[in-house]
Amino acid sequence: MSLETVLQHVLAGISLGGAYALIAIGYTMVYGVLRLINFAHGEIFMIAGYLMIFSMASMPWQIAIPVVLIGTTLLGVFIERFAYSPLRSAPRMSIMISAIGVSYLLQNLATYLFTALPRGYPVIPFLKKVFQIGTISSSLVTFITPVITVVLVILLVQLITHTKIGMAMRAVSKDFETATLMGIQLNSVISATFAIGSFLAGVGSILYFTDRMSVNPFSGALPGLKCFVAAVLGGIGSIPGAMIGGFILGLGETFMVALGFSTFSDAFTFVILVLMLLFKPTGLFGEMEAEKV
Amino acid sequence: MLKVENLEVAYGGIQALRGITFEVPQGKIVTLIGANGAGKSTTLRSMVGLVKAKSGRISFNGADITNQPTHKTIAAGIATVPEGRRVFANMTVLENLKIGAYLRADTAEIKKDEEWVYELFPRLKERSWQPAGTLSGGEQQMLAVGRALMSRPKMVMMDEPSLGLAPLIVQDIFAMIRKINEMGVTILLVEQNANMALKTADYGYVLETGKITLEGSGQELAMDEDIRAAYLGKRAAKKGLVH
Repeated sequence: MSLETVLQHVLAGISLGGAYALIAIGYTMVYGVLRLINFAHGEIFMIAGYLMIFSMASMPWQIAIPVVLIGTTLLGVFIERFAYSPLRSAPRMSIMISAIGVSYLLQNLATYLFTALPRGYPVIPFLKKVFQIGTISSSLVTFITPVITVVLVILLVQLITHTKIGMAMRAVSKDFETATLMGIQLNSVISATFAIGSFLAGVGSILYFTDRMSVNPFSGALPGLKCFVAAVLGGIGSIPGAMIGGFILGLGETFMVALGFSTFSDAFTFVILVLMLLFKPTGLFGEMEAEKV
Repeated sequence: MLKVENLEVAYGGIQALRGITFEVPQGKIVTLIGANGAGKSTTLRSMVGLVKAKSGRISFNGADITNQPTHKTIAAGIATVPEGRRVFANMTVLENLKIGAYLRADTAEIKKDEEWVYELFPRLKERSWQPAGTLSGGEQQMLAVGRALMSRPKMVMMDEPSLGLAPLIVQDIFAMIRKINEMGVTILLVEQNANMALKTADYGYVLETGKITLEGSGQELAMDEDIRAAYLGKRAAKKGLVH
């Protein structure tokens, strides 16, 4: 492989990884606050894809993009309100099962409403423009995905460390009851968490599907699982960890394909999951759940 | 200031409080003493809506706060120092104080109160940027109290502030409770360390399996033979160590 091809693959890899990272953050944040693996997160990402198709059918992309992002954010908050928040005091396993239920519900609802046939993803003209940097050429979306990802992660980390709502999120993630005793309203913090996670999944969806060109009701399932692995790899609960995890998986997958093992590119992700759980279950940046009493 | 009438609380069929009535007058220190499982923590938790009252009435400055959402009660002026301190271990000391002022929006005044808490507990100021989890038990207790004060409460409820602390530090903690009270903050103190609690409090109630069985001024209770036998230890009672 020449240097150019390697660079080309690296670019493709971090671009795919960037989209993974944006979705992985949703898993990691919800887990951090609720200790819940939101299995419906991949489906939120898929629905965002359909939303874009229908929005672009009647609106220019400048309007369609905000519409999709707002719609996806609301969907995430809505799911939490109806499927998870009534189970707030139930055993954790019940919420988890509810999440699996929502995941299948959305998949089947999408199949029923939009049929299982893949639908073409609309072309956002400026994202598809081909750029050339040195000898590497690719469409703009490939170049800007990692940039957008890093910028959003930096903004998010700022939000969590420096704002009141961020402080409330950290407090809730450590101790529900004491956070309540400070006057924090759990429901609004949890809604904010789902809003942010779903918003990022919406951004990820636009970047991912612009590259993939079609959406079907199962488009969210595998990427969703992979992004969950990315979150585990980075250390579930850690936002920078989820980003690094996303990049590692994106690069790994792209190189598996480039080296001719495309059949195993998905397996690669799950081998990483197994290895991680065996040797470093807390992930690369995860905290130990050590509690001093 | 705080008035509780015939409060009953049940957890899934188990009656934790069987109709208790007590009062915390403004500016006083009132203590609830009792053995483990008597319902002391449940009482505090029901004041701020963390557990629901089955019947009875809780009023604060005349307003009914029974089963009111927690944030409203806190905004009305009741702060809690929870059992086991429960500081946010991963946040810095300063952040812990800031989160105590979560419901307030007066940024400049919050800043002043931070300084005020640091004056009260100079040890915390030295450790301002340290994660709260790295503090000693006594320092964490001070932080938990400072955090409660940051909401500018009219009343602070403290749940077992002496739990798990060395005897010398326990002395400090009770001195601090008196000091805060002298600044005008009403205090409702729940303790297993009846000896120290009764010495410190103006008035006390004895809670036994969900019922108040005895009440009186701190001194009266400390002299009561039954209490001395039950809560202050037989030796203390015999040697007359409690005054």
